[in-house]
Amino acid sequence: MSKPLDVVAITVFAVLFGLVTILGFVAARWRRGDLSQLHEWGLGGRRFGTIVSWFLLGGDLYTAYTFVALPALLFGAGATGFFAVPYSIIVWPLLFVMFPRLWSVSHKKGYVTAADFVRGRFGSHALATAVAVTGIIATMPYIALQLVGIEVVIAALGLHLSVSVAGHTIELPLLIAFAILAAYTYSSGLRAPAMIAVVKDILIYGTVLAVIIVIPVQLGGYAHIFASVDPHKLILSADPFANPGQISYATLALGSALALFLYPHSVTGILSSSSREVIKRNAVAMPAYAFALALISLMGFMAISAGVKAMPEYAEGFKAFGPNYAVPALLLHSFPSWMVGVAFAAIGIGALVPAAIMSIASANLFTRNIYKEYFNPGCSNAQESRVAKIVSLIVKAGGLIVILGFPQTYAIVLQLLGGIWISQTLPAVMLGLYTRWLHPWALLLGWAAGIGAGTWMASTLSFKSATYVLHIFGAAIPCYAAVSALALNLAVSVVMSVFFNGAAGRARSDETVAADYV
Amino acid sequence: MAGNSRKRASARLYYLLLLLPFAALWVPFYNRLDPTLAGIPFFYWVQMAWIALTVLVIYIVHRCENRDGGGL
Repeated sequence: MSKPLDVVAITVFAVLFGLVTILGFVAARWRRGDLSQLHEWGLGGRRFGTIVSWFLLGGDLYTAYTFVALPALLFGAGATGFFAVPYSIIVWPLLFVMFPRLWSVSHKKGYVTAADFVRGRFGSHALATAVAVTGIIATMPYIALQLVGIEVVIAALGLHLSVSVAGHTIELPLLIAFAILAAYTYSSGLRAPAMIAVVKDILIYGTVLAVIIVIPVQLGGYAHIFASVDPHKLILSADPFANPGQISYATLALGSALALFLYPHSVTGILSSSSREVIKRNAVAMPAYAFALALISLMGFMAISAGVKAMPEYAEGFKAFGPNYAVPALLLHSFPSWMVGVAFAAIGIGALVPAAIMSIASANLFTRNIYKEYFNPGCSNAQESRVAKIVSLIVKAGGLIVILGFPQTYAIVLQLLGGIWISQTLPAVMLGLYTRWLHPWALLLGWAAGIGAGTWMASTLSFKSATYVLHIFGAAIPCYAAVSALALNLAVSVVMSVFFNGAAGRARSDETVAADYV
Repeated sequence: MAGNSRKRASARLYYLLLLLPFAALWVPFYNRLDPTLAGIPFFYWVQMAWIALTVLVIYIVHRCENRDGGGL
Protein backbone atom coordinates (compact mmCIF):
# COMPACT_ATOMS: atom_id res chain seq x y z
CA MET A 1 0.00 0.00 0.00
CA SER A 2 1.44 3.33 -1.02
CA LYS A 3 0.02 5.57 1.71
CA PRO A 4 2.30 6.22 4.70
CA LEU A 5 1.65 4.36 7.94
CA ASP A 6 -0.48 6.23 10.44
CA VAL A 7 1.80 5.95 13.47
CA VAL A 8 -0.61 7.54 15.94
CA ALA A 9 -3.53 5.25 15.02
CA ILE A 10 -1.32 2.17 15.09
CA THR A 11 0.16 3.10 18.47
CA VAL A 12 -3.26 3.68 20.08
CA PHE A 13 -4.48 0.40 18.59
CA ALA A 14 -1.44 -1.52 19.84
CA VAL A 15 -1.56 -0.03 23.35
CA LEU A 16 -5.24 -0.92 23.76
CA PHE A 17 -4.60 -4.42 22.47
CA GLY A 18 -1.72 -4.77 24.95
CA LEU A 19 -3.99 -3.64 27.77
CA VAL A 20 -6.65 -6.27 27.09
CA THR A 21 -3.96 -8.93 26.74
CA ILE A 22 -2.78 -8.19 30.27
CA LEU A 23 -6.40 -8.17 31.47
CA GLY A 24 -6.96 -11.54 29.83
CA PHE A 25 -4.24 -13.17 31.89
CA VAL A 26 -5.04 -11.30 35.11
CA ALA A 27 -8.64 -12.52 34.79
CA ALA A 28 -7.58 -15.99 35.94
CA ARG A 29 -7.20 -14.57 39.45
CA TRP A 30 -10.51 -12.70 39.39
CA ARG A 31 -13.12 -14.17 41.78
CA ARG A 32 -10.72 -17.00 42.05
CA GLY A 33 -12.02 -20.48 41.50
CA ASP A 34 -10.50 -23.88 40.89
CA LEU A 35 -9.90 -23.70 37.13
CA SER A 36 -9.45 -27.45 36.96
CA GLN A 37 -13.26 -27.75 37.22
CA LEU A 38 -15.19 -27.41 33.96
CA HIS A 39 -17.88 -25.16 35.41
CA GLU A 40 -15.16 -22.86 36.77
CA TRP A 41 -13.12 -22.67 33.57
CA GLY A 42 -16.02 -22.91 31.12
CA LEU A 43 -18.77 -21.03 32.98
CA GLY A 44 -16.79 -18.68 35.22
CA GLY A 45 -18.05 -20.59 38.24
CA ARG A 46 -21.66 -19.50 37.47
CA ARG A 47 -20.93 -16.39 39.49
CA PHE A 48 -21.44 -13.43 37.14
CA GLY A 49 -23.84 -10.79 38.46
CA THR A 50 -26.10 -8.44 36.50
CA ILE A 51 -23.43 -5.98 35.38
CA VAL A 52 -20.74 -8.46 34.36
CA SER A 53 -23.36 -10.58 32.57
CA TRP A 54 -24.59 -7.52 30.74
CA PHE A 55 -21.12 -6.83 29.38
CA LEU A 56 -20.46 -10.50 28.70
CA LEU A 57 -23.71 -11.07 26.80
CA GLY A 58 -23.24 -7.81 24.92
CA GLY A 59 -19.73 -8.81 23.91
CA ASP A 60 -20.98 -12.26 23.07
CA LEU A 61 -23.92 -11.35 20.86
CA TYR A 62 -22.92 -8.06 19.25
CA THR A 63 -19.69 -9.10 17.63
CA ALA A 64 -17.03 -7.45 15.49
CA TYR A 65 -18.50 -9.10 12.46
CA THR A 66 -21.81 -7.43 13.30
CA PHE A 67 -20.13 -4.06 13.48
CA VAL A 68 -18.49 -4.58 10.10
CA ALA A 69 -21.09 -6.62 8.20
CA LEU A 70 -24.38 -4.91 9.12
CA PRO A 71 -23.36 -1.43 7.98
CA ALA A 72 -21.90 -3.17 4.93
CA LEU A 73 -25.34 -4.61 4.23
CA LEU A 74 -27.02 -1.19 4.42
CA PHE A 75 -24.16 0.22 2.34
CA GLY A 76 -24.70 -2.37 -0.37
CA ALA A 77 -28.33 -3.47 -0.19
CA GLY A 78 -30.09 -0.68 1.73
CA ALA A 79 -33.12 -1.00 4.05
CA THR A 80 -33.14 -4.80 4.06
CA GLY A 81 -29.97 -4.77 6.18
CA PHE A 82 -31.87 -3.06 9.00
CA PHE A 83 -33.62 -6.39 9.82
CA ALA A 84 -31.07 -6.71 12.61
CA VAL A 85 -33.08 -4.15 14.58
CA PRO A 86 -36.42 -6.02 14.78
CA TYR A 87 -34.30 -9.13 15.35
CA SER A 88 -32.66 -7.41 18.32
CA ILE A 89 -36.08 -6.33 19.58
CA ILE A 90 -37.93 -9.64 19.68
CA VAL A 91 -35.02 -11.60 21.07
CA TRP A 92 -35.34 -10.02 24.54
CA PRO A 93 -38.92 -11.07 25.41
CA LEU A 94 -37.86 -14.58 24.35
CA LEU A 95 -34.86 -14.44 26.67
CA PHE A 96 -37.00 -13.10 29.50
CA VAL A 97 -39.63 -15.82 29.32
CA MET A 98 -37.74 -18.95 28.32
CA PHE A 99 -34.16 -18.89 29.39
CA PRO A 100 -34.47 -18.44 33.16
CA ARG A 101 -35.97 -21.94 32.97
CA LEU A 102 -32.85 -23.26 31.26
CA TRP A 103 -30.70 -21.55 33.89
CA SER A 104 -32.69 -23.06 36.78
CA VAL A 105 -32.68 -26.62 35.51
CA SER A 106 -28.98 -26.41 34.57
CA HIS A 107 -28.09 -25.00 37.96
CA LYS A 108 -29.95 -27.78 39.78
CA LYS A 109 -28.64 -30.60 37.61
CA GLY A 110 -25.12 -29.29 36.89
CA TYR A 111 -25.67 -28.95 33.14
CA VAL A 112 -22.97 -27.02 31.29
CA THR A 113 -24.42 -27.20 27.76
CA ALA A 114 -27.80 -27.32 26.02
CA ALA A 115 -27.00 -30.90 24.99
CA ASP A 116 -26.58 -31.83 28.68
CA PHE A 117 -30.12 -30.60 29.24
CA VAL A 118 -31.54 -32.46 26.24
CA ARG A 119 -29.90 -35.67 27.41
CA GLY A 120 -31.33 -35.28 30.90
CA ARG A 121 -34.78 -34.23 29.76
CA PHE A 122 -35.34 -36.81 27.03
CA GLY A 123 -32.94 -39.54 28.14
CA SER A 124 -31.65 -39.82 24.59
CA HIS A 125 -27.93 -39.97 23.82
CA ALA A 126 -28.54 -39.72 20.09
CA LEU A 127 -30.60 -36.55 20.37
CA ALA A 128 -28.07 -34.96 22.76
CA THR A 129 -25.25 -35.81 20.36
CA ALA A 130 -27.19 -34.27 17.45
CA VAL A 131 -27.62 -31.05 19.45
CA ALA A 132 -23.93 -31.00 20.45
CA VAL A 133 -22.58 -31.67 16.95
CA THR A 134 -24.91 -29.07 15.41
CA GLY A 135 -23.67 -26.53 17.95
CA ILE A 136 -19.99 -27.21 17.31
CA ILE A 137 -20.33 -27.12 13.53
CA ALA A 138 -22.44 -23.95 13.56
CA THR A 139 -19.93 -22.17 15.80
CA MET A 140 -16.75 -22.86 13.82
CA PRO A 141 -17.45 -20.50 10.88
CA TYR A 142 -18.72 -17.90 13.36
CA ILE A 143 -15.26 -17.87 14.97
CA ALA A 144 -13.74 -17.57 11.50
CA LEU A 145 -15.84 -14.49 10.79
CA GLN A 146 -14.58 -12.83 13.96
CA LEU A 147 -11.08 -13.21 12.58
CA VAL A 148 -12.31 -11.51 9.38
CA GLY A 149 -13.32 -8.55 11.58
CA ILE A 150 -9.76 -8.28 12.91
CA GLU A 151 -8.32 -8.80 9.44
CA VAL A 152 -10.30 -5.88 8.01
CA VAL A 153 -9.19 -3.37 10.64
CA ILE A 154 -5.57 -4.52 10.52
CA ALA A 155 -5.57 -4.06 6.76
CA ALA A 156 -7.23 -0.65 7.15
CA LEU A 157 -4.42 0.40 9.50
CA GLY A 158 -2.08 -0.34 6.61
CA LEU A 159 -0.13 -2.96 8.53
CA HIS A 160 1.26 -5.34 5.97
CA LEU A 161 3.59 -7.75 7.65
CA SER A 162 3.11 -11.18 6.24
CA VAL A 163 4.97 -14.44 6.52
CA SER A 164 4.65 -17.40 4.24
CA VAL A 165 3.86 -20.74 5.82
CA ALA A 166 3.39 -23.85 3.71
CA GLY A 167 2.50 -21.82 0.65
CA HIS A 168 -0.05 -19.62 2.48
CA THR A 169 0.52 -15.97 3.13
CA ILE A 170 -0.35 -15.19 6.72
CA GLU A 171 -0.78 -11.69 8.06
CA LEU A 172 1.51 -11.48 11.07
CA PRO A 173 -0.70 -9.15 13.18
CA LEU A 174 -3.65 -11.54 12.72
CA LEU A 175 -1.47 -14.43 13.83
CA ILE A 176 -0.29 -12.52 16.90
CA ALA A 177 -3.84 -11.50 17.88
CA PHE A 178 -4.89 -15.11 17.44
CA ALA A 179 -2.04 -16.47 19.56
CA ILE A 180 -2.79 -14.01 22.37
CA LEU A 181 -6.46 -14.93 22.29
CA ALA A 182 -5.68 -18.64 22.42
CA ALA A 183 -3.25 -18.25 25.31
CA TYR A 184 -5.44 -16.29 27.69
CA THR A 185 -8.56 -18.30 26.92
CA TYR A 186 -6.58 -21.42 27.75
CA SER A 187 -5.33 -20.05 31.05
CA SER A 188 -8.31 -18.00 32.28
CA GLY A 189 -11.39 -19.57 30.67
CA LEU A 190 -14.62 -17.55 30.56
CA ARG A 191 -13.31 -15.02 33.07
CA ALA A 192 -11.04 -13.53 30.37
CA PRO A 193 -13.70 -12.50 27.85
CA ALA A 194 -15.96 -11.32 30.70
CA MET A 195 -13.30 -8.89 31.89
CA ILE A 196 -12.23 -7.79 28.41
CA ALA A 197 -15.88 -7.23 27.41
CA VAL A 198 -16.01 -4.29 29.82
CA VAL A 199 -13.11 -2.53 28.05
CA LYS A 200 -14.52 -3.39 24.64
CA ASP A 201 -17.87 -1.83 25.48
CA ILE A 202 -16.40 1.38 26.79
CA LEU A 203 -14.54 1.68 23.48
CA ILE A 204 -17.60 0.74 21.40
CA TYR A 205 -19.99 3.13 23.12
CA GLY A 206 -17.36 5.89 22.94
CA THR A 207 -16.97 5.25 19.23
CA VAL A 208 -20.72 5.18 18.60
CA LEU A 209 -21.16 8.44 20.47
CA ALA A 210 -18.38 10.05 18.43
CA VAL A 211 -19.86 8.69 15.20
CA ILE A 212 -23.36 10.03 15.76
CA ILE A 213 -22.04 13.46 16.77
CA VAL A 214 -19.04 14.05 14.52
CA ILE A 215 -20.00 12.43 11.22
CA PRO A 216 -23.52 13.89 10.73
CA VAL A 217 -22.07 17.36 11.35
CA GLN A 218 -19.41 16.76 8.69
CA LEU A 219 -22.02 15.44 6.26
CA GLY A 220 -24.56 18.21 6.85
CA GLY A 221 -27.10 16.44 9.06
CA TYR A 222 -29.18 13.26 8.96
CA ALA A 223 -31.60 14.59 6.34
CA HIS A 224 -28.68 15.09 4.00
CA ILE A 225 -27.26 11.62 4.76
CA PHE A 226 -30.54 9.88 3.91
CA ALA A 227 -31.04 12.11 0.86
CA SER A 228 -27.79 10.82 -0.65
CA VAL A 229 -29.07 7.22 -0.61
CA ASP A 230 -31.00 5.85 -3.59
CA PRO A 231 -34.68 6.31 -2.52
CA HIS A 232 -35.49 2.75 -3.65
CA LYS A 233 -33.01 1.45 -1.10
CA LEU A 234 -34.35 3.53 1.79
CA ILE A 235 -37.45 1.39 2.34
CA LEU A 236 -38.51 -2.07 1.29
CA SER A 237 -40.49 -2.69 -1.89
CA ALA A 238 -44.22 -2.00 -1.65
CA ASP A 239 -44.87 -5.29 -3.45
CA PRO A 240 -45.44 -7.74 -0.56
CA PHE A 241 -43.92 -10.65 -2.48
CA ALA A 242 -40.77 -8.82 -3.62
CA ASN A 243 -37.44 -10.49 -2.94
CA PRO A 244 -35.76 -9.09 -0.93
CA GLY A 245 -38.86 -7.51 0.51
CA GLN A 246 -41.08 -7.29 3.52
CA ILE A 247 -41.57 -11.02 4.05
CA SER A 248 -37.87 -11.82 3.81
CA TYR A 249 -37.20 -8.90 6.20
CA ALA A 250 -39.64 -10.20 8.82
CA THR A 251 -38.62 -13.86 8.51
CA LEU A 252 -34.91 -12.99 8.68
CA ALA A 253 -35.60 -11.09 11.91
CA LEU A 254 -37.73 -13.88 13.36
CA GLY A 255 -35.40 -16.71 12.35
CA SER A 256 -32.29 -14.93 13.60
CA ALA A 257 -33.97 -14.16 16.93
CA LEU A 258 -35.10 -17.76 17.41
CA ALA A 259 -31.61 -19.02 16.57
CA LEU A 260 -29.65 -16.59 18.74
CA PHE A 261 -30.04 -18.27 22.11
CA LEU A 262 -29.61 -21.74 20.65
CA TYR A 263 -26.00 -20.95 19.74
CA PRO A 264 -23.60 -22.55 22.23
CA HIS A 265 -21.89 -19.26 23.05
CA SER A 266 -25.23 -17.70 24.04
CA VAL A 267 -26.05 -20.66 26.27
CA THR A 268 -22.62 -20.35 27.89
CA GLY A 269 -23.28 -16.65 28.50
CA ILE A 270 -26.66 -17.40 30.09
CA LEU A 271 -25.49 -20.28 32.27
CA SER A 272 -22.59 -18.24 33.66
CA SER A 273 -25.09 -15.89 35.38
CA SER A 274 -25.31 -16.13 39.14
CA SER A 275 -29.12 -16.33 39.25
CA ARG A 276 -32.25 -16.35 37.11
CA GLU A 277 -32.92 -12.83 38.31
CA VAL A 278 -29.67 -11.75 36.59
CA ILE A 279 -31.04 -13.07 33.28
CA LYS A 280 -34.35 -11.28 33.75
CA ARG A 281 -32.69 -7.99 34.60
CA ASN A 282 -30.50 -8.35 31.55
CA ALA A 283 -33.52 -8.93 29.33
CA VAL A 284 -34.56 -5.45 30.44
CA ALA A 285 -31.11 -3.86 30.04
CA MET A 286 -29.75 -5.59 26.93
CA PRO A 287 -31.80 -3.63 24.37
CA ALA A 288 -29.35 -0.77 24.98
CA TYR A 289 -27.10 -2.74 22.66
CA ALA A 290 -29.89 -2.93 20.10
CA PHE A 291 -29.92 0.84 20.05
CA ALA A 292 -26.17 1.02 19.53
CA LEU A 293 -26.55 -1.60 16.81
CA ALA A 294 -29.13 0.51 14.96
CA LEU A 295 -26.83 3.53 15.06
CA ILE A 296 -23.87 1.45 13.91
CA SER A 297 -25.93 0.06 11.00
CA LEU A 298 -26.66 3.60 9.85
CA MET A 299 -22.91 4.04 9.32
CA GLY A 300 -23.52 2.20 6.06
CA PHE A 301 -25.59 5.15 4.81
CA MET A 302 -23.05 7.60 6.23
CA ALA A 303 -20.39 5.85 4.14
CA ILE A 304 -22.55 6.29 1.02
CA SER A 305 -23.09 9.95 1.83
CA ALA A 306 -19.37 10.56 2.47
CA GLY A 307 -18.62 8.97 -0.89
CA VAL A 308 -15.73 6.84 0.39
CA LYS A 309 -16.19 4.24 -2.31
CA ALA A 310 -15.05 6.60 -5.05
CA MET A 311 -11.98 7.80 -3.17
CA PRO A 312 -8.75 6.40 -4.62
CA GLU A 313 -7.08 5.92 -1.20
CA TYR A 314 -9.70 3.31 -0.23
CA ALA A 315 -9.91 1.54 -3.60
CA GLU A 316 -7.52 -1.19 -2.55
CA GLY A 317 -9.47 -1.91 0.65
CA PHE A 318 -12.81 -2.13 -1.18
CA LYS A 319 -11.20 -4.41 -3.74
CA ALA A 320 -9.98 -6.77 -1.01
CA PHE A 321 -12.99 -6.72 1.36
CA GLY A 322 -15.94 -5.41 -0.68
CA PRO A 323 -18.69 -3.60 1.26
CA ASN A 324 -17.10 -4.84 4.52
CA TYR A 325 -14.56 -2.06 4.03
CA ALA A 326 -17.26 0.66 4.24
CA VAL A 327 -16.99 1.21 8.01
CA PRO A 328 -13.17 1.27 8.21
CA ALA A 329 -13.05 3.64 5.21
CA LEU A 330 -15.65 5.94 6.77
CA LEU A 331 -13.76 6.06 10.07
CA LEU A 332 -10.43 6.73 8.34
CA HIS A 333 -12.06 9.46 6.29
CA SER A 334 -13.91 11.19 9.16
CA PHE A 335 -11.84 10.76 12.33
CA PRO A 336 -8.47 12.07 13.49
CA SER A 337 -5.76 9.41 13.85
CA TRP A 338 -6.10 8.75 17.56
CA MET A 339 -9.85 8.21 17.25
CA VAL A 340 -9.28 5.85 14.34
CA GLY A 341 -6.97 3.90 16.66
CA VAL A 342 -9.65 3.73 19.37
CA ALA A 343 -12.43 2.76 16.95
CA PHE A 344 -10.38 0.06 15.24
CA ALA A 345 -9.28 -1.29 18.62
CA ALA A 346 -12.97 -1.44 19.60
CA ILE A 347 -13.74 -3.56 16.53
CA GLY A 348 -10.65 -5.73 16.97
CA ILE A 349 -11.27 -6.36 20.65
CA GLY A 350 -14.93 -6.81 19.79
CA ALA A 351 -13.76 -9.83 17.78
CA LEU A 352 -11.64 -11.31 20.56
CA VAL A 353 -14.45 -11.44 23.14
CA PRO A 354 -16.96 -13.54 21.17
CA ALA A 355 -14.20 -15.65 19.61
CA ALA A 356 -13.06 -16.59 23.12
CA ILE A 357 -16.59 -17.38 24.31
CA MET A 358 -17.39 -19.36 21.17
CA SER A 359 -14.29 -21.50 21.50
CA ILE A 360 -15.05 -22.11 25.18
CA ALA A 361 -18.65 -23.04 24.38
CA SER A 362 -17.59 -25.50 21.68
CA ALA A 363 -14.99 -26.95 24.03
CA ASN A 364 -17.67 -27.45 26.71
CA LEU A 365 -19.88 -29.24 24.19
CA PHE A 366 -17.15 -31.50 22.91
CA THR A 367 -15.90 -32.39 26.36
CA ARG A 368 -19.26 -33.01 28.00
CA ASN A 369 -21.29 -34.47 25.18
CA ILE A 370 -18.75 -36.29 23.01
CA TYR A 371 -15.56 -37.00 24.98
CA LYS A 372 -17.18 -37.87 28.29
CA GLU A 373 -20.17 -39.49 26.63
CA TYR A 374 -18.34 -41.79 24.24
CA PHE A 375 -14.61 -41.91 24.99
CA ASN A 376 -14.05 -41.58 28.70
CA PRO A 377 -17.27 -41.81 30.73
CA GLY A 378 -15.36 -42.14 34.00
CA CYS A 379 -13.12 -39.10 33.51
CA SER A 380 -12.28 -36.97 36.53
CA ASN A 381 -13.24 -33.30 36.83
CA ALA A 382 -9.63 -32.27 36.27
CA GLN A 383 -9.39 -34.41 33.12
CA GLU A 384 -12.64 -32.92 31.86
CA SER A 385 -11.34 -29.40 32.33
CA ARG A 386 -7.98 -30.23 30.69
CA VAL A 387 -9.66 -31.70 27.60
CA ALA A 388 -11.86 -28.60 27.29
CA LYS A 389 -8.83 -26.29 27.41
CA ILE A 390 -7.08 -28.22 24.65
CA VAL A 391 -10.22 -28.39 22.52
CA SER A 392 -10.64 -24.62 22.81
CA LEU A 393 -7.25 -24.31 21.08
CA ILE A 394 -8.20 -26.80 18.36
CA VAL A 395 -11.47 -24.99 17.65
CA LYS A 396 -9.68 -21.66 17.24
CA ALA A 397 -7.09 -23.25 14.97
CA GLY A 398 -10.02 -24.57 12.92
CA GLY A 399 -11.37 -21.03 12.59
CA LEU A 400 -7.95 -19.79 11.50
CA ILE A 401 -7.66 -22.53 8.89
CA VAL A 402 -11.09 -21.63 7.49
CA ILE A 403 -9.90 -18.04 7.06
CA LEU A 404 -6.45 -18.82 5.68
CA GLY A 405 -7.23 -21.88 3.64
CA PHE A 406 -10.44 -20.89 1.92
CA PRO A 407 -11.78 -17.78 0.23
CA GLN A 408 -13.62 -15.48 2.63
CA THR A 409 -16.94 -16.19 0.94
CA TYR A 410 -16.59 -19.75 2.21
CA ALA A 411 -16.75 -18.63 5.85
CA ILE A 412 -19.80 -16.50 5.09
CA VAL A 413 -21.56 -19.42 3.42
CA LEU A 414 -20.78 -21.67 6.36
CA GLN A 415 -22.08 -19.08 8.80
CA LEU A 416 -25.28 -18.77 6.80
CA LEU A 417 -25.70 -22.55 6.88
CA GLY A 418 -24.80 -22.52 10.58
CA GLY A 419 -27.77 -20.26 11.29
CA ILE A 420 -30.11 -22.62 9.44
CA TRP A 421 -28.68 -25.68 11.19
CA ILE A 422 -28.64 -24.33 14.75
CA SER A 423 -32.33 -23.34 14.39
CA GLN A 424 -33.16 -27.02 14.01
CA THR A 425 -32.28 -27.65 17.66
CA LEU A 426 -35.17 -25.39 18.75
CA PRO A 427 -37.83 -28.08 19.29
CA ALA A 428 -35.56 -30.16 21.55
CA VAL A 429 -34.07 -27.27 23.52
CA MET A 430 -36.71 -24.53 23.71
CA LEU A 431 -39.87 -26.62 23.61
CA GLY A 432 -38.10 -29.13 25.86
CA LEU A 433 -38.08 -26.46 28.56
CA TYR A 434 -41.88 -26.70 28.67
CA THR A 435 -42.86 -30.21 27.67
CA ARG A 436 -41.50 -33.69 27.26
CA TRP A 437 -44.48 -34.74 25.22
CA LEU A 438 -42.35 -34.63 22.06
CA HIS A 439 -40.71 -38.01 21.59
CA PRO A 440 -36.88 -38.03 21.27
CA TRP A 441 -36.98 -40.14 18.09
CA ALA A 442 -39.53 -37.76 16.60
CA LEU A 443 -37.33 -34.81 17.55
CA LEU A 444 -34.37 -36.51 15.92
CA LEU A 445 -36.34 -37.13 12.71
CA GLY A 446 -37.57 -33.53 12.74
CA TRP A 447 -34.01 -32.29 13.25
CA ALA A 448 -32.78 -34.40 10.32
CA ALA A 449 -35.64 -33.20 8.11
CA GLY A 450 -34.94 -29.55 9.01
CA ILE A 451 -31.19 -29.83 8.42
CA GLY A 452 -31.74 -31.66 5.13
CA ALA A 453 -34.39 -29.27 3.81
CA GLY A 454 -32.47 -26.17 4.99
CA THR A 455 -29.23 -27.31 3.37
CA TRP A 456 -31.06 -28.22 0.18
CA MET A 457 -32.77 -24.81 0.00
CA ALA A 458 -29.45 -23.03 0.53
CA SER A 459 -27.79 -25.19 -2.13
CA THR A 460 -30.43 -24.26 -4.73
CA LEU A 461 -29.46 -20.65 -4.04
CA SER A 462 -25.80 -21.60 -4.65
CA PHE A 463 -25.20 -20.76 -0.95
CA LYS A 464 -25.30 -17.07 -1.85
CA SER A 465 -28.51 -16.17 -0.06
CA ALA A 466 -30.63 -17.60 2.74
CA THR A 467 -33.96 -16.40 1.36
CA TYR A 468 -35.66 -19.28 -0.42
CA VAL A 469 -38.81 -18.61 -2.43
CA LEU A 470 -41.61 -20.95 -1.35
CA HIS A 471 -44.43 -21.58 -3.81
CA ILE A 472 -47.62 -21.99 -1.81
CA PHE A 473 -51.05 -21.92 -3.49
CA GLY A 474 -49.60 -20.07 -6.45
CA ALA A 475 -47.98 -17.34 -4.37
CA ALA A 476 -44.20 -16.94 -4.41
CA ILE A 477 -43.15 -16.23 -0.82
CA PRO A 478 -39.51 -15.32 -0.13
CA CYS A 479 -38.83 -16.78 3.33
CA TYR A 480 -35.64 -17.15 5.39
CA ALA A 481 -34.70 -20.83 4.92
CA ALA A 482 -34.11 -21.31 8.66
CA VAL A 483 -37.78 -20.47 9.31
CA SER A 484 -39.25 -22.71 6.62
CA ALA A 485 -36.92 -25.57 7.57
CA LEU A 486 -37.95 -25.11 11.20
CA ALA A 487 -41.63 -25.26 10.27
CA LEU A 488 -41.01 -28.60 8.57
CA ASN A 489 -38.97 -29.76 11.56
CA LEU A 490 -41.81 -28.89 13.96
CA ALA A 491 -44.41 -30.61 11.78
CA VAL A 492 -42.35 -33.81 11.60
CA SER A 493 -41.61 -33.69 15.36
CA VAL A 494 -45.28 -33.37 16.27
CA VAL A 495 -46.67 -35.92 13.81
CA MET A 496 -44.04 -38.52 14.62
CA SER A 497 -44.49 -37.91 18.37
CA VAL A 498 -48.16 -38.85 18.04
CA PHE A 499 -47.02 -42.02 16.32
CA PHE A 500 -44.18 -42.97 18.70
CA ASN A 501 -46.05 -42.03 21.88
CA GLY A 502 -48.96 -44.18 20.74
CA ALA A 503 -46.78 -47.11 19.73
CA ALA A 504 -44.21 -47.31 22.49
CA GLY A 505 -46.08 -46.27 25.60
CA ARG A 506 -44.60 -43.59 27.84
CA ALA A 507 -41.79 -45.43 29.59
CA ARG A 508 -39.21 -42.71 28.97
CA SER A 509 -36.72 -41.37 31.42
CA ASP A 510 -36.71 -37.71 32.45
CA GLU A 511 -34.30 -36.84 35.25
CA THR A 512 -35.87 -33.40 35.71
CA VAL A 513 -39.08 -32.48 37.54
CA ALA A 514 -41.32 -29.42 37.16
CA ALA A 515 -39.84 -27.73 40.24
CA ASP A 516 -36.37 -27.75 38.63
CA TYR A 517 -37.42 -25.12 36.11
CA VAL A 518 -38.54 -22.30 38.40
CA MET B 1 -40.23 -19.21 46.69
CA ALA B 2 -43.44 -20.98 45.73
CA GLY B 3 -45.44 -19.66 48.66
CA ASN B 4 -49.19 -19.35 49.04
CA SER B 5 -49.02 -15.73 47.94
CA ARG B 6 -47.90 -16.88 44.49
CA LYS B 7 -50.43 -16.00 41.87
CA ARG B 8 -51.49 -18.62 39.41
CA ALA B 9 -50.04 -18.25 35.91
CA SER B 10 -53.50 -17.91 34.41
CA ALA B 11 -54.11 -14.78 36.48
CA ARG B 12 -51.07 -13.06 35.07
CA LEU B 13 -52.49 -11.29 32.08
CA TYR B 14 -49.60 -8.84 32.02
CA TYR B 15 -47.51 -11.49 30.26
CA LEU B 16 -49.53 -10.62 27.15
CA LEU B 17 -47.64 -7.31 27.10
CA LEU B 18 -44.60 -9.27 25.98
CA LEU B 19 -46.31 -9.82 22.62
CA LEU B 20 -46.10 -6.10 21.89
CA PRO B 21 -42.42 -6.12 20.78
CA PHE B 22 -43.32 -8.78 18.18
CA ALA B 23 -45.39 -6.17 16.34
CA ALA B 24 -41.98 -5.10 14.97
CA LEU B 25 -42.35 -8.06 12.61
CA TRP B 26 -45.38 -6.45 10.93
CA VAL B 27 -43.39 -4.58 8.27
CA PRO B 28 -46.26 -2.79 6.42
CA PHE B 29 -46.81 -0.79 9.59
CA TYR B 30 -43.53 1.12 9.20
CA ASN B 31 -42.46 0.61 5.61
CA ARG B 32 -42.61 4.26 4.57
CA LEU B 33 -40.45 7.40 4.57
CA ASP B 34 -42.75 10.00 6.17
CA PRO B 35 -43.06 11.50 8.69
CA THR B 36 -39.36 11.93 9.28
CA LEU B 37 -37.88 12.74 12.68
CA ALA B 38 -34.80 14.98 12.79
CA GLY B 39 -34.16 14.05 9.18
CA ILE B 40 -34.44 10.30 9.84
CA PRO B 41 -37.10 8.48 7.75
CA PHE B 42 -40.06 6.83 9.51
CA PHE B 43 -38.80 3.31 8.68
CA TYR B 44 -35.66 3.87 10.77
CA TRP B 45 -36.79 5.97 13.70
CA VAL B 46 -39.91 3.93 14.42
CA GLN B 47 -37.92 0.73 14.70
CA MET B 48 -35.46 2.49 16.98
CA ALA B 49 -38.32 3.83 19.10
CA TRP B 50 -39.66 0.26 19.26
CA ILE B 51 -36.48 -0.68 21.12
CA ALA B 52 -37.35 1.81 23.86
CA LEU B 53 -40.90 0.44 24.00
CA THR B 54 -39.50 -3.08 24.37
CA VAL B 55 -37.37 -2.02 27.34
CA LEU B 56 -40.42 -0.47 28.96
CA VAL B 57 -42.62 -3.52 28.41
CA ILE B 58 -40.10 -6.01 29.77
CA TYR B 59 -39.40 -3.72 32.72
CA ILE B 60 -43.10 -3.53 33.63
CA VAL B 61 -43.61 -7.28 33.34
CA HIS B 62 -40.53 -7.91 35.44
CA ARG B 63 -41.81 -5.58 38.18
CA CYS B 64 -45.25 -7.22 38.18
CA GLU B 65 -43.70 -10.67 38.25
CA ASN B 66 -41.55 -9.90 41.28
CA ARG B 67 -44.60 -8.44 43.01
CA ASP B 68 -46.42 -11.73 42.43
CA GLY B 69 -43.63 -13.78 43.93
CA GLY B 70 -41.31 -14.72 41.08
CA GLY B 71 -41.30 -15.95 37.52
CA LEU B 72 -42.78 -18.95 35.84
